[in-house]
Amino acid sequence: MKPAALRAIPAAESASAAEIPAHAPEDAAAAAAPAPALRKRASPWRRMARDFAESPMALGALAVLVLLIAAAICAPWITPQDPYDLRSIDLMDALLPPGELSMAGDPFLLGTDGQGRDMLSAMVYGLRVSIGVGVSSVLLALAWGIAVGLVAAYFGGWVDALLMRIVDLQLSMPSILVALILVALLGQGVDKVVLALVIVQWAYFARTLRAAAMVERKKEYVEAAIGLDVGRGRVMFTHMLPNALPPLIVVATVQAASAISLEATLSFLGLGVPVTEPSLGMLISNGFQYLLSGRYWIAVFPGVLLLVLIAALNVVGDQLRDVINPRNQR
Amino acid sequence: MTETVLRRLLQSVWVVAAMSVIVFIGIYAIGDPVELLVPEETPAADKSRIVAHLGLDQPLHVQYLRFVSDVASGDFGLSFVYNTPALGLILDRLPATLELAITSMVIAVALAIPLGLLAGLRPRAASSRGIMLGSILGFSLPSFWVGLMLILIFSIWLGWLPSSGRHTGTVLGVETSFASWTGISHLILPAVNLALFQLALVIRLVRAGVVEAMTADYVRYAVSKGLRDRRIMLVHVLKNIMIPVVTVIGLELGTVIAFAVVTETIFAWPGTGKLIIDSIYQLDRPVIVAYLMIIVLLFVTINFIVDLVYLALDPRARGGGASA
Repeated sequence: MKPAALRAIPAAESASAAEIPAHAPEDAAAAAAPAPALRKRASPWRRMARDFAESPMALGALAVLVLLIAAAICAPWITPQDPYDLRSIDLMDALLPPGELSMAGDPFLLGTDGQGRDMLSAMVYGLRVSIGVGVSSVLLALAWGIAVGLVAAYFGGWVDALLMRIVDLQLSMPSILVALILVALLGQGVDKVVLALVIVQWAYFARTLRAAAMVERKKEYVEAAIGLDVGRGRVMFTHMLPNALPPLIVVATVQAASAISLEATLSFLGLGVPVTEPSLGMLISNGFQYLLSGRYWIAVFPGVLLLVLIAALNVVGDQLRDVINPRNQR
Repeated sequence: MTETVLRRLLQSVWVVAAMSVIVFIGIYAIGDPVELLVPEETPAADKSRIVAHLGLDQPLHVQYLRFVSDVASGDFGLSFVYNTPALGLILDRLPATLELAITSMVIAVALAIPLGLLAGLRPRAASSRGIMLGSILGFSLPSFWVGLMLILIFSIWLGWLPSSGRHTGTVLGVETSFASWTGISHLILPAVNLALFQLALVIRLVRAGVVEAMTADYVRYAVSKGLRDRRIMLVHVLKNIMIPVVTVIGLELGTVIAFAVVTETIFAWPGTGKLIIDSIYQLDRPVIVAYLMIIVLLFVTINFIVDLVYLALDPRARGGGASA
């Protein structure tokens, strides 16, 4: 057991899931190709979907996730007001508790903040920033991690050793600390936060993909492809990558949750996204000052939304791990 | 055996060296502390005098070599803000952070082992599902938000516990929060806040270990021999899962200290985390560098000790010496 592997906290088990092919290549192969006698036609993807649907909780979490993403995308059309259009905000409406009517007579379902902004609208817009930052940082880290992991697995030897040492080094530092320092150095802005999150996360993907790709590297079809001289890039990306991808999906889900949480933490500490594009973490931070005087709704509601988002991602990731992990095949 | 230990030691030294370069370049190549330190209307001559005084006019590699030789003798330079040794500033604050970190670790482990055992023994029972759901929540809840909720519920609504600060007394010459009820009451909320994540982690670890151990041949044999459940649990199962648990606890201590940054900010706990956040705001380089290097040293030392303990506990780890 590598000590550094334990660093991957929410991914602690996904790391072990990723190692499984290394220990039981036969199992992995058996899982990739459905058992011929029992399930003749089911493709591996269909089988995964069916196994996933076995847990009502996971299905519910997936539904919540889809709903939240849809809400974030459609924010301008579904929110009662545009929270960052100053013309639609009235200072007279400031700090109203949930359910109060505005001066114009419209209800504020979740109350208003210190500037008279409708909390519900602010939260949907905040969700947009949070999901945007989380998803884009995970996709970039995924791309980078895939490249590094594939190169390490394909070439092996000193290339592999060097890259994995860098991965170990990266994973041995707590992510919150690295992100904090990076954002402090890079300065504020959505792009800087995304960059910091990518630097914090790529190593998880690189390690997971390398473990899976190493198994594929030794298989005959890869040897055959190399023997046919189809070119390194094609061997890596069209032959090894698709077969080594499933464990990465789990890591990506869990990492998206941790990226969103990390961004919220940075924003709460005042080192994250700028005030003009408040994420959920920033909304909570703004509510902190009002919390002490008992105006709970400004900090609590964005927090609940953040929690639901992260929890849904983790539940989905958990179920995906069970579905993909060949050890759990019944 | 000796060879393995030596190789690990060499690896540790390598990591510290690499981190020192990264930290140095990262911190020193970016940002200009002078801009922040002096008022804008300061004459250029005074500015350059300050730059020379702080040694910022030297080439980067000269600064690095000086940095290394200074660090080796325990000198991280003077804080730009307080004008006192950076290392001293951190060592002054370290006891508060360690007290918080260790207390929360004890809370986490004391709760996690029984809960994990319960969840692992009857994986399909409602109580176990509840525990596992709770542990997902423990991972999902951002720690700063939990901190806010703890303050809202226990300080503002119920008024039971104070929301900020540290209150110490002296016991046997050591300054600690445990000297009085006031001190302990200040410690409870931040410690619980910091404990939640580790609690969730150790519960999962214990549960996974128990589930695996219950299907192992030696446990089946013990069951068929007619041994009592309690003996099986305490002697056969618990003993075997303690190795990974102890390892993770050791390694997590570093994470707890790092995460204390957030908790200390929320609860105004006067530890190193609060210091590093303030230093980041003020671009106080010597303090940031000293803090990072101390954390790296701490991590590497803990990793090294954990590996040694592993070698001592598990004979299988000694053979081959593969790093996996």
